[in-house]
Amino acid sequence: MSKAISVEHLSYSYPGVDDTPGVAVFEDISLTVEDGSFVAVLGSNGCGKSTLAKQFNAILLPCGGKVYICGMDTSDEERLIAVRRSVGMVFQNPDNQIVANVVEEDVAFGPENLGVASPVIRQRVDNALRQVGMYEYREHAPHLLSGGQKQRVAIAGIIAMEPKCIVLDEPTAMLDPQGRKEVMDTILALNAQKGITVVLITHHMDEAAMAQRVVVLSNGRIAADGTPAEVFSQVDLLHSIRLASPETVELCYELNRKGFSLPLDKLSVEECAQALYDAIKA
Amino acid sequence: MTPFLQVKNLQHIYSTGTPFEHVALEDVSFSVERGEFIGIIGHTGSGKSTLVQHLNGLLKPTAGSVILDGKDIWSDKALTRQCRFKVGLVFQYPEYQLFEETVYKDIAFGPKNMGLDNAEIDRRVRKAAGFVGISEQQLESSPFDLSGGQKRRVAIAGVIAMEPEILILDEPTAGLDPESREEILQNIDAYRKAQNATVMMVSHSMSDVARITQRLLVMNGSHLVMDGTPAEIFNRAQELTDMGLDIPEVTRVFLRLRQMGMDVPNVYTVSDAAQVLFSMKGGRIDA
Amino acid sequence: MLKDITLGQYFPGNSPIHRLDPRTKLIWLIGYIVALFTAGNWASYLVVFLFLAFVVALSTIPLKSILTGLKPLVFILIFTGVLNVFFTTGEKPLIAFGVIRIYREGIIRAVFMMARIFMLICGTFLLTYTTSPISLTDGLESLLSPLKKLRLPVHELSMMMCIALRFIPTLIEETDKIMSAQKARGADFESGKLMQRVKALIPILVPLFISAFRRADELATAMECRCYQGGDGRTKMKLLRYKLLDFKAFLLLVVLICAVILLRVFGL
Repeated sequence: MSKAISVEHLSYSYPGVDDTPGVAVFEDISLTVEDGSFVAVLGSNGCGKSTLAKQFNAILLPCGGKVYICGMDTSDEERLIAVRRSVGMVFQNPDNQIVANVVEEDVAFGPENLGVASPVIRQRVDNALRQVGMYEYREHAPHLLSGGQKQRVAIAGIIAMEPKCIVLDEPTAMLDPQGRKEVMDTILALNAQKGITVVLITHHMDEAAMAQRVVVLSNGRIAADGTPAEVFSQVDLLHSIRLASPETVELCYELNRKGFSLPLDKLSVEECAQALYDAIKA
Repeated sequence: MTPFLQVKNLQHIYSTGTPFEHVALEDVSFSVERGEFIGIIGHTGSGKSTLVQHLNGLLKPTAGSVILDGKDIWSDKALTRQCRFKVGLVFQYPEYQLFEETVYKDIAFGPKNMGLDNAEIDRRVRKAAGFVGISEQQLESSPFDLSGGQKRRVAIAGVIAMEPEILILDEPTAGLDPESREEILQNIDAYRKAQNATVMMVSHSMSDVARITQRLLVMNGSHLVMDGTPAEIFNRAQELTDMGLDIPEVTRVFLRLRQMGMDVPNVYTVSDAAQVLFSMKGGRIDA
Repeated sequence: MLKDITLGQYFPGNSPIHRLDPRTKLIWLIGYIVALFTAGNWASYLVVFLFLAFVVALSTIPLKSILTGLKPLVFILIFTGVLNVFFTTGEKPLIAFGVIRIYREGIIRAVFMMARIFMLICGTFLLTYTTSPISLTDGLESLLSPLKKLRLPVHELSMMMCIALRFIPTLIEETDKIMSAQKARGADFESGKLMQRVKALIPILVPLFISAFRRADELATAMECRCYQGGDGRTKMKLLRYKLLDFKAFLLLVVLICAVILLRVFGL
C-alpha cells in the first residue's frame, strides 16, 4: 500500500519574536497515513495538532525531518502546488474559508486556480456539491446557510480540486450537534465511497471513534496510536493526558473499578449495552 | 411570594411586517428563583438565544413580559438599564469582545459602566478574576496574548465582575477541549454558590447540562416544551431524540438495556449509571 | 437593526435581466445615466421613466424591495429637493417670505432633480439586485482588462472587491453581536455628548478590527491551500459570452439614448 502522508522525524518550533527562542511544538514525530484510510488525530487544545495539520499542506515547513505527501517532499518549492493539489485542507471556521458569495462560485475557486477548463469545472463543481448534499443550494449566498451547510460547502470546494487526501482541522468545533452530524456523515461517505484519505483533527472522542485509526497527540508526542477500540481502552493513559474515552468505555471503566471485569473496547452503544447485559445477567 | 424572575407569555417576532418575518418565541412562561442552576437546551433556531436576550432587556418582547423582582423591566427606562447589571449575559464566543490593553481593564469595563468607585471596581475585578482562575500576574498582560481558553475566562470574568444576580451564559464551553470545558463549568458553579446567584446556561452539550444543573428548560420550535429536573427530562429521552437533540451516550446505553428487557431507570451521567448497575449486581462483586 | 439593510444585495432569479451578461448591464447602466443626464424636459424624463419601469417589470424584482432599499437615501432626495426649491431663482416669485423666495422654476427644477436622482438610484439598485456580485466583478474585470496592459492590477482589484462583498454581511452580523455583547456589559451608545459617543465606539471597533484581521489571515491561508496564486493561469467556471439577448439590450439602449437626444434637440 502506498502512503498518502509520511512524516519522518519531524521537528518544528514556532519562530520566536525578536531574539527570544522559539516555542518547540514537536521534537521528533514520525507517522504514516496509508492511502484511502481514515485517521483521527486527537488531542487537547495546545497539543500541536493544528500545527501538525499545517505541515501536511506546506503552510508550515519542518525545522527538522521531512514530510512527504504522496512521495513529494513538502519543502521542495517546485512541488508546492502539486502538494496542495494532493492534500486539501478544511479549517475550523467555515466563514473564513469561503471566498465567494455564491455557493457554486466558491466551490469553483480551487479548480479555477488550477487552470482547469471551464466545462470541466462546471462538472466538478456539480459533482462535488452533490457529493456533500448541497447541490440544491448552489445558487445561495453562503452567509445565509447554517454552520453545517457552510462547512459542507467548504468541503465541496476542496473535493472539486480532486485531492487524494483531505485534512480537516477541527471542522465541527463551531457547529451544533445537527451540523456536526452532517459534516461527519459527509466525511465518512467521502472516505467510503470515493476512497479519499481522510485525516480528521478533533477533540471530540465520539468523532474519533468513527475513524479506522486514532492517533493521540500530547505535548508534541504521539501518546497512543491504533484502532479506536485499542486507543480508547487505555483509559488511564487518556486520563493522564487530560482526555477522556467515550462515555460507553468510561462507564465500563468505572464499573471495573467497582469490581466488574468488563471489556474496555466496546465503543458503540449497542455493544456496550450487550456487554453490560451479559455481565449483569451472568 | 413573587418569584425572583418571571417570564410571562413571552413572544418575539423578528422583522415584523417584512417578507423576513419570523416568529422566534411564542408563549414562553416560566419563573426562576435565586440560587438555581438552570440549563436551557434546544437545537439551533429553537429560540433559546432569543429567549436569553430578553432576560436582560437586550431585546424587547413583541408580547408578554419579563418581571424581575416584581417589576416589569420595560415599565421604565432606568429599570431596563438596571436590569442589564442585575442580569449578566455572556454571549457565545465572548472572547471576541475583548478590547482593552490589559486583562484588568477589560474586566473593569462592566463595573465602570455601572458607575462604581475605583476601590469597588478593583475589589470586583480581583474577585471575578479569582472565580475564573486568572492570576494577578495575568491581570496586567494583554488579553490578546492569552490562549483561547483563558480569553474565554477573561470574558466571563468581565460579566461576573458586574456581580449579576442572574448570570446567563450562551454556550460557554463551545469549541473548548473537555478539560477546559469542565474547569469553566466549575468556575461558574463556584460563582453561583458564593453569590447565591441564579445561573442559566444555554448549551448543546446534553452531558454538560445534565451533570451540573438542577433544572432544565427544553425549547423546540420557538416554544418551551419541557421544564423539570434533569431526571424528569431524561425520563422523556425518546422525545428528546425525536426533537433532534443529542442525548448523552450513557442515557442511550440505558435506553438500549431497557429495550433488551432490563428494568433500569433513566440516567444521564457516567457515575450514576455505574452506581445503578453496581447496586443491581447487589453492590458486591467478587473480583 | 443593521441586518435589515438591503443596499447592494443580490436577489437571485432567472429573469431576462438576470440572464444578461454583466458587461451588458454595466454598459447599460452607463448609457442609462448618460440618458438621464441628457434628459431635460418632461417628455424625455417620461421616456427614461418608462424604460426604467419596463426593466423593473422584466426583472421580476418586487417593487417593494426596491422602495425599501431606497429608504436610507430618502434624506438625500429630500435634501436635494429642498436645496433646489430655495436656491433657484426665476422671474416671478410664487412665495416671498423675508429672504426666502420660491420660484416656479425652483419647484420644477427640484422635481426634475429628485426624479433624476430617484431614477439613478433605482437603476443602480437594479444592477446590484439582478447581478450576483461575482459576475459583477467578473464583468468589471473583463471590461477593464485592456488596462492590464498599463500594468494596472485589474484581477487583484476585482478579487478584492469580490472578497469585500462576500464579507460585508458577515461583518455586519458580527458588529451586531459585538454591540449586543458590550451593551450587556452596560455600554451606552445612545446618550452622552458627541465625544462620549465617539469614545463609546471603541469597545465595538477594536474587537471588530481584530476579528477582521483574524478573518483576513485565515482566509489568506485557506486561499493559499486552494492553490490561489494570483490571476495568471486562472480559468473561470462561467465564461462571459454575449448572447442574442445582449444585442437586443444594446439596441434598446441605442434607441433610448437617441430618443432622449431627439426630444432634447427638438424640445418637445
